[in-house]
Amino acid sequence: MDASRRPNQLFRNLNAKLASIPMIVTALVVFVGGTTWTVVHSFTNSRLLPKLNFVGLDQYERLWSSSRWMISIENLAIYGACSMILSLLIGFTLAALLDRKIRFEGAFRTIFLYPFALSFVVTGLAWQWILNPDFGIQGVVRDWGWEGFVFDPLNNPDIVIFGILIAGIWQGSGFIMVIMLAGLRGIDEDIWKATRVEGIPAWKTYIQVIIPMMRPVFVTALVLIASGIIKLYDLVVAQTNGGPGLSSEVPAKYVIEYMFRAQNLAQGFAASTMMLVSVIIILVPWAYLEFGGKKRG
Amino acid sequence: MADMTANAPVLEGPSGPKPRRRFSRRNIFLYGTLIVVSMYYLLPLYVMVVTSLKGMPEIRLGNIFSPPMEITYEPWVKAWAEACTGINCDGLSRGFMNSVQILVPSVVLSIAIASVNGYALANWRFKGSEVFFTILIIGAFIPYQTMLYPIVIMLREIGLMGSIWGLVLVHTVFGMPILTLLFRNYFTSIPEELFKAARVDGAGFWGIYLRIMVPMSLPIFVVAMILQVTGIWNDFLFGVIYTKPETYPMTVQLNNIVNSVQGIKEYNVNMAATLLTGLVPLIIYFVSGKLFVRGIAAGAVKG
Repeated sequence: MDASRRPNQLFRNLNAKLASIPMIVTALVVFVGGTTWTVVHSFTNSRLLPKLNFVGLDQYERLWSSSRWMISIENLAIYGACSMILSLLIGFTLAALLDRKIRFEGAFRTIFLYPFALSFVVTGLAWQWILNPDFGIQGVVRDWGWEGFVFDPLNNPDIVIFGILIAGIWQGSGFIMVIMLAGLRGIDEDIWKATRVEGIPAWKTYIQVIIPMMRPVFVTALVLIASGIIKLYDLVVAQTNGGPGLSSEVPAKYVIEYMFRAQNLAQGFAASTMMLVSVIIILVPWAYLEFGGKKRG
Repeated sequence: MADMTANAPVLEGPSGPKPRRRFSRRNIFLYGTLIVVSMYYLLPLYVMVVTSLKGMPEIRLGNIFSPPMEITYEPWVKAWAEACTGINCDGLSRGFMNSVQILVPSVVLSIAIASVNGYALANWRFKGSEVFFTILIIGAFIPYQTMLYPIVIMLREIGLMGSIWGLVLVHTVFGMPILTLLFRNYFTSIPEELFKAARVDGAGFWGIYLRIMVPMSLPIFVVAMILQVTGIWNDFLFGVIYTKPETYPMTVQLNNIVNSVQGIKEYNVNMAATLLTGLVPLIIYFVSGKLFVRGIAAGAVKG
């Protein structure tokens, strides 16, 4: 390339560069800039307004000694573990059932997936009503004559997170089913023929052949479930608003409470940084396995 | 089957597959399970509809599963036009209008920007374009909470904090990673010869985009639209943070109506309001059918 052309380098492909400005601004200013800003300010003592008055790890010490944060973490851990296992289990089972060449497959699929179109707020409010201790399931069973029946997850601090779990699973499991079904449809028909010839029962084929073959689908599903779990916020706000007391608080709600209600900005920043760290801990090994391995292999 | 082979070991049956009996044990188990599970999925919708058509006295006496003895549409009217949030008593209609005003520009803007981005990334790569794209995709995994406050500051700086246009901008930004990925992958799959032929004929960046790429990829635009309409309509987090009571979207207003501590709880009105809010995505879901599945699958599984 000769020297006289060099000044044109910047203007080559100019339209494409101009058109990419929104993307570049979003990537650099909002995503990188915003995240860095928050992480940096989590080391300050900003309260009502963000200030660069560094106090080291004070905010993190306060965070981890706060009982509210510990409750939030515990709730998220319970919700996360249960929701991963149940979503995968329900999603895969439903997909396997639908994949048995049944009639009305479309109708069943439509029914399992429709909750996913609804927002978490709608989901939370619907289940709040169904789990209402006076008029909901508990009330109905008591009316039937079983006076001592107790089923009020939303009013019992010990199990409130499971009340939220029921709603969360209802909303999201259909989506996992769709992903699983796509995975099952991608499996070669010959494998089924081979196992049938061998006389291996269907359930055994699923466990020993199909599931190992669907490993990438399961990984994708897990990553999707996990990234949904960490965002858990609307559902809790709508269904219990963190109650009774603080028993159904979650980290995302903690962050927003401290940033926008309690006016303790840096505390919110520290909490959100912890959320970021946990996402990195989950994602980096996955990204390494998915993409790092491929490049070398 | 065991019986038959025992009794007639040399039976000469017809060759070919055995006709399936409709009520085999396998089918009863299969359909039985599916129907029971379907009931769990349908239950909340059924309960919401039934509750929203009852009067309050009937709700207090009856049980939530029984169909209404006397159908009344009053709760729906009340939810739409009279329900109170704070001092405003003009019902969900206000939230609905806000949501529409947020939805339309957000969908148009986010799809316009993301499709051009995807087009540039697929056909007009420049130095660094892949780097920015990678950052964008990684950004999709960052919890929103770490970006919420810096965006408040940015919106305040440009004077859009609390306004509908501020929220439109936020939706455009956060919709960008997934939509750009969607469009980039789709445009990459369009044969390159087409692009080259247009180049030879003298078409430029925008010419090729408008005359070739857009007309050839209408299905993916529909998928993107479904993805965005449901996503933006269902948003709560951004709505509650970046708008003020007058501009609250429908989901935020719904939550305020139902979870307000003052007054007597009117469960029928609450359920009517909840259904009203869920109606838009539900209609899109039932009308779009397979495309909806494609949309969310595209949003989920890369490529």
